[in-house]
Amino acid sequence: MSVWRQLTRGLRALTNRPAADRDVADEVQHYLEQATAEQTAQGLDPDAARRAARLELGGAMNVREDMRTFGWENAVETLLADLRYAVRRLRQAPGFTAVAVLTLALGIGATTAIFSAVYPILLAPLPYPDADRLLMLTDLGADGSPLDVTYGTYREVTERARFFDAVAVMDQWQPALMGLAEPERLTGQRVSAGYFRVLAVAPARGRDFDASDDRPQGPRVAIVSDGLARRRMGGADAIVGRSILLEGDPYTVIGVMPPGFENVLAPTAEVWSPRQYQAEASFESAEWGHHMRMVARLKPGIAIDPAVRDLEAIARSPIPEYPRPPWADLKLGFGVHSLQHDVVRGAKPVLLAILGAVLLVLAIACVNVTNLLLAHGARRRGEFALRVALGAPRQRLIRQLLTESLTLASLGGAAGIAVAMIGVRALGALAPAELPRAPAIRLDAPVLAFALVVTALIGLVVGFAPALGASRDDPHAALQRGSRRAAGGRGNARSTLVIAEVALALVLLVGAGLLLRSAGRLFAVAPGFDGSHVLTMQVEAAGHALYADSARIQYYAQALEAVRAVPGVTSAGFTSQLPLSGDLDAYGIVFASIPPERQNDYGSAMRYAVTPGYFETMRIPLKRGRALDAGDATVGPEAILINESFARRIFPGRDPIGERVRLGPEIGNPDRPWDVVVGVVGDVRQTSLALDAPDAFYVPMTRWGWVDNVQSLVVRSSGDAASLAPAIQRAIWSVNRDQPIARVATMDALVSRSAAQLRFALTVFEAFALAALALAAIGIYGVLAGSVAERTREIGVRVALGASRRDILALVLRQGLGLTALGVAIGLVGAVAASRGISAMLFGVSRLDPATYVGVIALLVGVAALASGMPAWRATQVDPASTLRAE
Amino acid sequence: MDAPNTDVIQGTLDLLILKTLSLQPLHGFGIARRIEQISRGTFKVNPGSLLTALQRLERAGWLDAEWRRTENARRARYYALTRAGRRQLEAETADWTRRVAAVARLLNAEG
Repeated sequence: MSVWRQLTRGLRALTNRPAADRDVADEVQHYLEQATAEQTAQGLDPDAARRAARLELGGAMNVREDMRTFGWENAVETLLADLRYAVRRLRQAPGFTAVAVLTLALGIGATTAIFSAVYPILLAPLPYPDADRLLMLTDLGADGSPLDVTYGTYREVTERARFFDAVAVMDQWQPALMGLAEPERLTGQRVSAGYFRVLAVAPARGRDFDASDDRPQGPRVAIVSDGLARRRMGGADAIVGRSILLEGDPYTVIGVMPPGFENVLAPTAEVWSPRQYQAEASFESAEWGHHMRMVARLKPGIAIDPAVRDLEAIARSPIPEYPRPPWADLKLGFGVHSLQHDVVRGAKPVLLAILGAVLLVLAIACVNVTNLLLAHGARRRGEFALRVALGAPRQRLIRQLLTESLTLASLGGAAGIAVAMIGVRALGALAPAELPRAPAIRLDAPVLAFALVVTALIGLVVGFAPALGASRDDPHAALQRGSRRAAGGRGNARSTLVIAEVALALVLLVGAGLLLRSAGRLFAVAPGFDGSHVLTMQVEAAGHALYADSARIQYYAQALEAVRAVPGVTSAGFTSQLPLSGDLDAYGIVFASIPPERQNDYGSAMRYAVTPGYFETMRIPLKRGRALDAGDATVGPEAILINESFARRIFPGRDPIGERVRLGPEIGNPDRPWDVVVGVVGDVRQTSLALDAPDAFYVPMTRWGWVDNVQSLVVRSSGDAASLAPAIQRAIWSVNRDQPIARVATMDALVSRSAAQLRFALTVFEAFALAALALAAIGIYGVLAGSVAERTREIGVRVALGASRRDILALVLRQGLGLTALGVAIGLVGAVAASRGISAMLFGVSRLDPATYVGVIALLVGVAALASGMPAWRATQVDPASTLRAE
Repeated sequence: MDAPNTDVIQGTLDLLILKTLSLQPLHGFGIARRIEQISRGTFKVNPGSLLTALQRLERAGWLDAEWRRTENARRARYYALTRAGRRQLEAETADWTRRVAAVARLLNAEG
């Protein structure tokens, strides 16, 4: 009840102040009249009576004022008055306001944008109910590193583990969507029936998989994403119960996932189908291969530790019902991590480094605005002194100044949201494809709340120093000095801030410099091929019609012929895997003349099954022997090529040509005739520019044990490679219009994408470092300009006493560079410490690389000199006569 | 000899107002005079404190206020105790009695 009263009475006073004032006045007046009447009744004459009553009341105005200032609404009114005043002040100094708001907008906007990625990836739980109960379980390799699990292991875990609500396994699936206007290769997952139950997300339409779907020769059923349903199937309502053609087989769509469903285990997956593995499979079957990922949901109230101990116990005690092959004997137990950890760990170092960088930018923006406020405040010292002299309490002044800085910060925050919107878009465009949780990177409520808190904090932080300074002022002295030369005492504070700014900028510049040099080194690495003018795409042979090797060979040969006929194409070829594309495909290789212990390190090498034209198109040089020719495709002993460093290591000082080998699935087959090394080609980096070329062998596509159903086409063009893409796709579809084409990209784009994380970090650091440099320059300029204005008289005296322009120039420059030098010295310490945060991203350059540090310092000093130049020049223009007369 | 101290004992103004209004609704001046009368001149209420206190008690929900027209067409604000105010009066009375008894015990203590 009283809360209600407080609210209504307060609101009434706020909205109708005259009425509230009249009430108070009437009540006081009535009291006075009553008191007067009483005095009159006791025999005083009316005048004396009125005087006596007044005396008793003790000043009607004071009483009214006391009554008026009671209640919360008065605090609001003071705040509103402060706000109005703050807005007026800011409007009176539009230049100052614009610069401050813009600086804060950049700082707050950049920080908010980065936080929009940091929040979902590092802070928020995954988008599933009770996501903290989700665990990833892995097998462990001989060296203790995580290894995909086998289906057999999954079966044992589901049956024996006691603390899981549900367990699921999944692997990748890239089925060709056929039978529609344009074939498309989809990304999807083959899952065990409980997959969506582990995530605790059910289809929005139709039904989930159940156990009867997930058995050998079970029904062909699929669940699709809402996006795929809309994109290709006429919407979620239209598709449930209907049939789609995947890899030439009809699948019934039994469900559609909800529109916002985020599948963190395979973010691009759009279609799911049951794995349909055999429960009791022989060790030779696919069920016992390490190619599945396993995710489990803990029972409610079960901590992770007992579950891990339970798993360890299961691993240690095999039982006859669940036999284990030697490669999945679980001797080392299980690897157990939270799903969250598994999803974000790759992105964490980059994200933390970028977060650090953006906080530096924010700090510099704050320092700059504090500086501006101090300068601004210096000009208003007279005003404050006057207000103190007239009786304004100091805390009222502090509150006024904080209101101003908070207003400024709010404007900056509002503009910052706009900057953040642009920033989030830029993040989306720049972010490496492997950045997890991309759909969750947006300006949502938690991110906006963060922006709000940052804005409020900044308002207090940047207003703190000026408010403290103003409240400490001695009004007497300030009034005497007048406002013209009044910046004196605060010069120190401003210099300190500039030093801090330079130091912070140096830290960022060093980071950007190190990343820049790393990128330079990385892209200077010769990948072993010439990717310029090369277009690539994956061409698929899907469906029953192309199931036989002979059909595939014919299809690829015809496709190649059609592509070569496209105008502008100079050469073309197919390969089973493409360098720096993310493809990774290795098989065993055993040389007849080499004892087992001297075979290559891992017993395996990259396998490239290629057609003629591949080496010419990629310009991979032949180093020894001969190339593969058309004859190798069909007759004679199988001819292979190996790469240079591989040959040098296995056959030091010896010619490998003519060496006999067995490959992949044929290694253990004594009946198989030996293959023969006929040539040596140059090294090619396969997984990353940063990693040395792996061992590799090349075989004719037609001679490998099977023909891969997905091949990468490489096309060299005489002109712009990218513009050929439509013509080449048409050429392939002219051969077979049911076959999907995917991953269309120039080789240059693939190379650059292979270093996406470094490029991402580099771009962000460069942008931030440039902003920091500009802000530091503005800071130096501001302080020196203020200082020159303030020392006009001193400079006048110096000139009058015979100082040359040079002396004056040197005087100001020395001040500017002095501040810079101090900032650089402090910044160096910070940079050395901070460089640790990006050392994981560096390539070919030490985090203490002297050239980077020297270069960055030179840049910073150069910019500082430029920023000091303008005020220094103005100082030389001081006319001693007029300055001295003005005193 | 100095004039006797007629200040209201600190912290008791609320109690005095509530008690006075528990007898009948009054306007500000009436309350001041009534307190003086009942205390036989021991307490003289400062009008400024009284009017501010009335505002505060009204806000707290212990008093209701009502504007009435006086004979000479002025507006006068009358205050009356609410139910919450009555409860508050009881609580404050009990508290006061307890404290007075304690002080009395202290003053009467011997040896």
